Amino acid sequence: MSEDQHKLIVSVSPHVRSDESVQRIMWMVSLALMPAFAASIYYFGIQALIVQLVTIAACVGFEAATQKIVGKPVTITDGSAVLTGLLLGFNLPANIPLYIPVTGSLVAITITKHLFGGLGYNIFNPALIGRAFVLISWPKAMTTWMEPVKSIASMDAVSAATPLNIAKMEGMGKLVEQFGGTSALYSNLFFGSVSGSLGETSALAILLGGIFLLVRGYITWHIPVSFIGTVALVAAVTGGDPVFHLLAGGLMLGAFFMATDYVTGPSTRKAQLVFGAGCGLLTMLIRLKGGYPEGVMFAILIMNCFAPLLDRGMRSKTFGAVVKKKEAAA
Amino acid sequence: MNTGTFERGTHPPDNKALSAAKSITEAKVPSRVIIPLSQHIGAPCQAKVAVGDLVKKGQIIGSADAFVSSPVHATVSGKVVAIAPFPHTMGRDIPAIVIENDGKEEWAEGIKEHSDWGSLDAAALRDIVKTAGIVGMGGATFPTHVKLSPPKEKKIDCVIINGAECEPYLTADHRVMLEEPGAVVNGLKILMKIAGVSKGYIGIEDNKPDAVAAMEAVTKGDSSIDVYSLKVKYPQGAEKMLIKAIVGKEVPAGGLPMDVGVIVQNVGTAVAVYEAVRYGRPLLERVVSVTGRGINETKNLKVRIGTPLSQLVAECGGFKFDTGKVIAGGPMMGMAQSNLDSPVIKGTSGLLVLDPEESEIAVHGPCIRCGRCIDACPMGLQPQMLSVLAEKGFYEEMKEYDLMNCFECGTCAYVCPAKRPIVQWVKLAKMSLARK
Ligand code: SF4
Ligand code: SF4
Repeated sequence: MSEDQHKLIVSVSPHVRSDESVQRIMWMVSLALMPAFAASIYYFGIQALIVQLVTIAACVGFEAATQKIVGKPVTITDGSAVLTGLLLGFNLPANIPLYIPVTGSLVAITITKHLFGGLGYNIFNPALIGRAFVLISWPKAMTTWMEPVKSIASMDAVSAATPLNIAKMEGMGKLVEQFGGTSALYSNLFFGSVSGSLGETSALAILLGGIFLLVRGYITWHIPVSFIGTVALVAAVTGGDPVFHLLAGGLMLGAFFMATDYVTGPSTRKAQLVFGAGCGLLTMLIRLKGGYPEGVMFAILIMNCFAPLLDRGMRSKTFGAVVKKKEAAA
Repeated sequence: MNTGTFERGTHPPDNKALSAAKSITEAKVPSRVIIPLSQHIGAPCQAKVAVGDLVKKGQIIGSADAFVSSPVHATVSGKVVAIAPFPHTMGRDIPAIVIENDGKEEWAEGIKEHSDWGSLDAAALRDIVKTAGIVGMGGATFPTHVKLSPPKEKKIDCVIINGAECEPYLTADHRVMLEEPGAVVNGLKILMKIAGVSKGYIGIEDNKPDAVAAMEAVTKGDSSIDVYSLKVKYPQGAEKMLIKAIVGKEVPAGGLPMDVGVIVQNVGTAVAVYEAVRYGRPLLERVVSVTGRGINETKNLKVRIGTPLSQLVAECGGFKFDTGKVIAGGPMMGMAQSNLDSPVIKGTSGLLVLDPEESEIAVHGPCIRCGRCIDACPMGLQPQMLSVLAEKGFYEEMKEYDLMNCFECGTCAYVCPAKRPIVQWVKLAKMSLARK
């Protein structure tokens, strides 16, 4: 090839890029949710699968429709709408009328995400706003939980309160009694054989995904550790049962998959520690003192507001900056 | 073994195996050379010859009175055929002197050897470095004699030779350390003498263990020089990161290495200093890695300054594909070339040819605030804020995020999953602010 036939491409450095992409990140996080997805079907049957598929389809559909309507390129292949759909589905009971997840998807994608400018610009976690909206709109349907059926085919739901609800309304003693002992309670919570939202019941499945994300560097330890650590600490200090508080409700899912959402959390590691601790505190405040038995969702949403502020306040130190200050002081 | 590194940074694939094993060979001397009057940071030179003049190899053909400047020399003997703006690797046309090579390789008068260079004093040595037109050959092209003349209140304690060569692909410095370790060390000794210090260091990334061994072998028993094997991490070879890794000091933000008593010079520069002092040779040639997946044969070539890039391409068997990116320098900070008539200059460390796939310009998306850039920025900046502000044209606000401390290393843009052109925006912002 002679050099005068050669077409030269010109652009500004750097001329090499890492092979990480937004698309890959979204699909990897979705992949990390697969153990919990499988667990939800194992425990809640075909009904769980239907609710989740409808939610995912609705999120992707609303994303495409919204982008078409406002004349932006359709970006459904980037996986972010699928991920939102997965997370929203995880936060619903199995036996929910399907118009509810569809409405939640609309609120999550069209309002929370695209009204604020689309991926990267939203302040609040779309899945959580979607869930908050349907919880407030249909409180009854959203809190009618079903007992794990452990059968793919079973359609007859037996409703049952969540462990957090029982602990709140009737006390820890009653809950332990119902499960036939503390260790039985713990193990049911750990494996996920309790009533609750689809994707949040199995701590084990979520941990598997969370560890995958940590090992592959898609999230760092800062938010999960500070979030979960604070919950355990507050539980211990207030005389509660830390293990119960860690395994019950949406803490694991929230700490590994929701609070770690890049867009709506802080980006500097120091700020993430504070963010996680704030989420933990608010979660326990709501669980112990609030009107709802579970506080993870509202805790994360409240902390989302502070993410930009935390980032601004806790910037990393510019190389050489301290030396300069010292000199100025001298 | 001495080891060290700096905080943050990233790990691009180094791709050095493409050319690391290739010994340095002499490139063909071109039939005409193009000598830009500005190949350095500082005042451009004025032409000291006219069209039609006969010049000899090593003759000064351009110089400036300003202190921060560096003279340029004829790199062949022959006739000046043009003095006019000419394409330059830095992207715009710059006045250059074009010499038709007469093939005689006649040296200019006054080339003085110093077999007894150990007896020359610092001032005489500095003068030689200045007259020889030596500038930072790692790519920064800052005049070496200026670095060697710090203001009196800055006490210098050591000289560091930068053999990190942290840019992927490039292997020129690596080969020089393997093939001319003695010249590197002698160059360092001369630099130490000029700086008036008794401590010298050579920092090499540990992906070049053979170079570390070679430099250790020639400095064995000399307690004034320590060789450091540094962790492979981009940008280990950036002055501030290198200093941090070796002497543990942080150059103040906005400051210079001399603020912490250090002078850093590149491996190639050290050799040029030695050759200027020992043999009286000004800086007429340099080693250039011609490499990448888009070129038929990779080579480490010793090239006359002023050789057109097209000739290097031809000498390496031409391009493999009909499109691609040709970069002067490395892939992280080098300049993509739009014209292969541009000549090799003193700071041209490599000519990298990317294949069509590697050359594709990434399409960028919105920032997803993942924080990868913050974790990687060696300067501890917030590239994500810089990118968001730049995208909206808020250049003034970028200053609050230490825009001016960004040295455009490209680490942030490299790691960004949204492929945001952060360096491009930073450059734009700086230019726009400078114009105000
Ligand atoms: S280019 Fe600037 S902002 Fe980006 S990593 Fe390098 S120094 Fe930091
Ligand atoms: S790496 Fe890119 S996407 Fe991530 S925070 Fe930085 S600029 Fe934003």
